[in-house]
Amino acid sequence: MNFLLLLKLTFKSILNRRFTSCLTLLSICISVFLLLGVDTVRKEAKHSFTNTISGTDLLVGARSGSVQLLLYSVFRIGNATNNIGWDSYEKISSHPSVAWSIPISLGDSHKGFRVMGTTQAYFEHYRFADDQALEFKIGKPFSGVYDTVIGAEVAENLGYQLGDELMLAHGVYDTDFARHDDKPFVVTGILERTGTPVDRTIHVSLQGIEALHIDWKTGTRSREKVSAKQALDLDLQPKQITAFMLGLNSKMEIFRVQRAINNYKREPMLAVLPGLALGELWQLIGVAEKALFIIAVFVLLNSFVGLLTVILTSLNERRREIAILRSLGCRPNQIFILLASESLLFAIVGCFLGVFLFLVAIVLSQPVLQGYGLHIPLSSFGFEQLVLIAIVIGVSFLIGSIPGYRAYKQSLADGMSIKL
Amino acid sequence: MNTKTALLKVENLRFRWLSSQRDVMDIPELSIQKGERVFIKGESGAGKTTLLSLLGGINLPDSGLINILGTDISQLKQSRRDQFRADHIGFVFQLFNLIPYLSVIENITLACEFSSRRKAKALSKSKTLEDEAYRLLSHLQLQDRRLLTKPVSELSVGQQQRVAAARALIGSPELIIADEPTSALDADTREHFLNLLLSECEYSGSTVLFVSHDRGLEHAFDRSILLNELNKADSRSKDQQQGDML
Repeated sequence: MNFLLLLKLTFKSILNRRFTSCLTLLSICISVFLLLGVDTVRKEAKHSFTNTISGTDLLVGARSGSVQLLLYSVFRIGNATNNIGWDSYEKISSHPSVAWSIPISLGDSHKGFRVMGTTQAYFEHYRFADDQALEFKIGKPFSGVYDTVIGAEVAENLGYQLGDELMLAHGVYDTDFARHDDKPFVVTGILERTGTPVDRTIHVSLQGIEALHIDWKTGTRSREKVSAKQALDLDLQPKQITAFMLGLNSKMEIFRVQRAINNYKREPMLAVLPGLALGELWQLIGVAEKALFIIAVFVLLNSFVGLLTVILTSLNERRREIAILRSLGCRPNQIFILLASESLLFAIVGCFLGVFLFLVAIVLSQPVLQGYGLHIPLSSFGFEQLVLIAIVIGVSFLIGSIPGYRAYKQSLADGMSIKL
Repeated sequence: MNTKTALLKVENLRFRWLSSQRDVMDIPELSIQKGERVFIKGESGAGKTTLLSLLGGINLPDSGLINILGTDISQLKQSRRDQFRADHIGFVFQLFNLIPYLSVIENITLACEFSSRRKAKALSKSKTLEDEAYRLLSHLQLQDRRLLTKPVSELSVGQQQRVAAARALIGSPELIIADEPTSALDADTREHFLNLLLSECEYSGSTVLFVSHDRGLEHAFDRSILLNELNKADSRSKDQQQGDML
């Protein structure tokens, strides 16, 4: 008597209960898919999150919290509490340990997208993901005062092309009375998609920011208007910036420079390591990711309970069948295998379908996910996922041994008598 | 009676259920010759099924000897007992003999899957197991080939019992044990089924142990035994115990 016969019997028995079997299988398949999906999305989300900024050794802003600094300077969320004087920036960026620096000036917006004033250094030194530089889909960095380079999502959402003009607004809310409508900016470049907040940013030169605000005092427009043309002749040297990024000559110097900035006497400033601040921020929002995973695990457990219910219910109807098999010489331990293999078979087929569904979903959803800055390659089904599947199958065997053991016991107790 | 020609020999058999205080089976002696057709008569609750479970090696006696074909099956390990049953005994039950999710042919040949001995025997008679199953079915007057692939639930009770008989007979086991196989059939089919079963057993040389409460069938057998006389255990207490069990 071989194992194959038992497997054949199990298979035919399941086939005989097609409808409930299909539903059970569907529930396992969906749970496995959900588990894999949540696991992958959370890993990729974390990955993409930590990939937002790379290559920058220190992030410097007015003294506040490190998470807040990270939020406004890198994620463009919220506002800075204070600005930094240009002289402090110049002083620090000319420090011998500093290789490069990118000044950032925030505060304006355009139709919901943040405007960031910076310099050419930004296009040269800013890195994201695994040391990837910004690339232009079309056009080139800004050179004139009223030039602008827009992120991929800005271009896509607002339909801007090279040469289009756009009006920036003062503050985060784009309202009529706060619009810098006398000084239109021209799109000179559109960046490739990065999957980071860069996609949602409108980049202009620091001089552009200065020109916009030259006739603004304390948040409103002053009476003496300065036209776009007139502004070009004025001194557009910025006096303040919001934050800046530093690249150092040697990683060994990070902490020394950080300490120097934090102890800078003339202005209270805060320097943080982007990686550490990202980790801190992820601890805050990573709870949601953990909760999702736990829910997925429970959904899977739930479908196993469903599977167990289905098999145990069928066990009562199958007492007769078991007695017949016993009379034909089937051993009690074979009866055990017969019942235990059922849930194993469900789990294996369910996992197979779940993985298949998962891979199909990856392929289909890739364009959509990319929009959220998530890049999930097919290769994200790897060793860890296989371990997850192995655990699922292992658990299903443990669960299957419950009806298996009951049937084993029953077959010994019932003997030849078949209860109707 | 000569032990050498006895196919089945029971001596001093005693059996009680685990939870019970008294014996339900107490059989000092029972001997069945090879090729004999024996009718065991017992009312319901007389312990028919218990006796058959013991003879089939599904339950073990507490004491005594059950010798089938020269082997004391009560001395065998459980897995050997199961194999012995698969090789040498064919069972036919009262009702619902068939596995619902297997076809007629699969139900019959299943007996050979559990016993390579019966498989070899079946193959010595026909080219394939399917042919042998079909040969048996036509002997039992189920010639319609279309039936073979039908789900067993679409068969009439009489047809189902004949399929069950074919399964018990395939591979010519030495002993056929039938537990009230005719009680679900009407009077005409009953006689018909019995004749088919007995003649096929005779043809393959199998010994028949037929258990029933129906005296009307007695005439077709070589010998008739009353279970109440065979079993010395007090039947009244036995009934009570069965009541306790259920």
